[in-house]
Amino acid sequence: MAITQTPDGTKVWALRDTRTQLTIWAKWFIGTALFMYCWQQISAETNWDFFWDAPAIAADIGGRSVPPKWDYMSKLWAPLWDTLNIATLGTALSLVMAVPIAFLAARNTTPNAYILRPLALLIIVSSRSINSLIWALLLVAIIGPGVFAGLIAISLRSIGFCAKLLYEAIEEIDQSQVEAITATGASRWQVMLYGIVPQIMPALAGITVFRWDINIRESTVLGLVGAGGIGLQMQGSLNTLAWPQVSLILLVILLAVLISEWVSAKVRGAII
Amino acid sequence: MLQLQKLTKRYPTGDLALNAVDLEIPKGQVLALIGPSGAGKSTLIRSINRLVEPTSGSAILDGVNLTELSSGALRRARRRMGMIFQEYALVERLSVMENVLSGQLGYVGFWRSFLRKFPQPAIDEAFRLLERVGLDQMADKRADELSGGQRQRVGIARALIQDPQLLLVDEPTASLDPKTSRQIMRLICELCAERGLSAIINIHDVALAKMFVPRVIGLKLGEIVFDGGPDDLTPEVLTDIYGEEDWEATIAKIDDDDDSDPV
Repeated sequence: MAITQTPDGTKVWALRDTRTQLTIWAKWFIGTALFMYCWQQISAETNWDFFWDAPAIAADIGGRSVPPKWDYMSKLWAPLWDTLNIATLGTALSLVMAVPIAFLAARNTTPNAYILRPLALLIIVSSRSINSLIWALLLVAIIGPGVFAGLIAISLRSIGFCAKLLYEAIEEIDQSQVEAITATGASRWQVMLYGIVPQIMPALAGITVFRWDINIRESTVLGLVGAGGIGLQMQGSLNTLAWPQVSLILLVILLAVLISEWVSAKVRGAII
Repeated sequence: MLQLQKLTKRYPTGDLALNAVDLEIPKGQVLALIGPSGAGKSTLIRSINRLVEPTSGSAILDGVNLTELSSGALRRARRRMGMIFQEYALVERLSVMENVLSGQLGYVGFWRSFLRKFPQPAIDEAFRLLERVGLDQMADKRADELSGGQRQRVGIARALIQDPQLLLVDEPTASLDPKTSRQIMRLICELCAERGLSAIINIHDVALAKMFVPRVIGLKLGEIVFDGGPDDLTPEVLTDIYGEEDWEATIAKIDDDDDSDPV
């Protein structure tokens, strides 16, 4: 904020001084120029023949996809159940690891701010920076294809997400409640049990159902790389150009996601 | 019973919150600690149970130097010091009973407290205390369902179930309306008398302090500048503690309306 004074003594107020204003303008200018340049590059690299017939091809595939092949459903129940299990068990497994990591990462609960906290933060960042599909690719290579690889992939990816949200919740607790429990002569673990855990329970429950909801969606694609679940059928159908099966699978995934969102909304509503 | 000897606290920022405070409190004495914001009142009581680690000096409770205790011995010593807080500091999402019983944590092992299996004598005592503070019907309510006055009563019960010798009371009435404030102060003073407890009560409200306590300590910039009875609080003394102001209304005698019904 800039307050200047005119010669006759009037104070003039402006949101920013001239220098800041010019800097902001220059940044916008550079950003816009960069955007235009990139646009031009992408445009030069695009094969426009493929682009212009895209609507026709989309309409063709769309036409072949309807009606969905309903009786294929009998082969989808088992993989759908696998998908649900990967998401649910993966979320549970990730929580087992995420809760201790969150306590190590939160500034107010970490036992050691110089070694353990950076370590916990490193685990969180590395878990978050790798997509679950890539985790699955790695794990399929390491432990072989199947549901178990998908389960581990989902849980490894979820650790970072759950631990990050949870440690932020731990850092935001009301410290006076912790102080009060400490003042009774409670031990470190009792302070955690009575002073901290009750305060973060709503956050923990919310994070869990939120992540479970995300994991349902993520586990539907894990099969694409051989990590079990409904994605495996998707892969097979795509490879054989069986469009009516693809459309049925997409419908089933849509329905599963809708139901999981409804469930998690209900659970979150019940907690808050 | 409690002796503070040259108790000093310097925060890492360099602020000297307590400057070599000497204070002696006999058994059963309730005293009020007054002083402007930032005078070091909260730091003083927190330095006694070491929620704030004093820089130097000692606090001796019944012959035990609290400032030298190891963490295990400190936890046992903390059981003898009940603390009552300004914003009640109840665990909001736990029930009234769990909050009261949390005062027993220093006596109970981890798994018993995890499973909420408190010994029956502690539960009996919790019921007795809830009845004494007028909340016997509230044991199963969640703490965040209660009014301010009721929460502070739970806070008092939590402090007393520790079976303390000393109460450290930090601004017990600052979040309460005037009538509830008086009831809470009266309750604290009555309970101290019943059980022969000493207490240090930090309090902003000078008039309220004068109504209930026999001894007042004035703290200013980390040093004790006044130590005397409530009637010794003259305008000159208050000016010395707080700075220039018209003090006549504050020290005027206020009639104690005798309404001890619980809220």
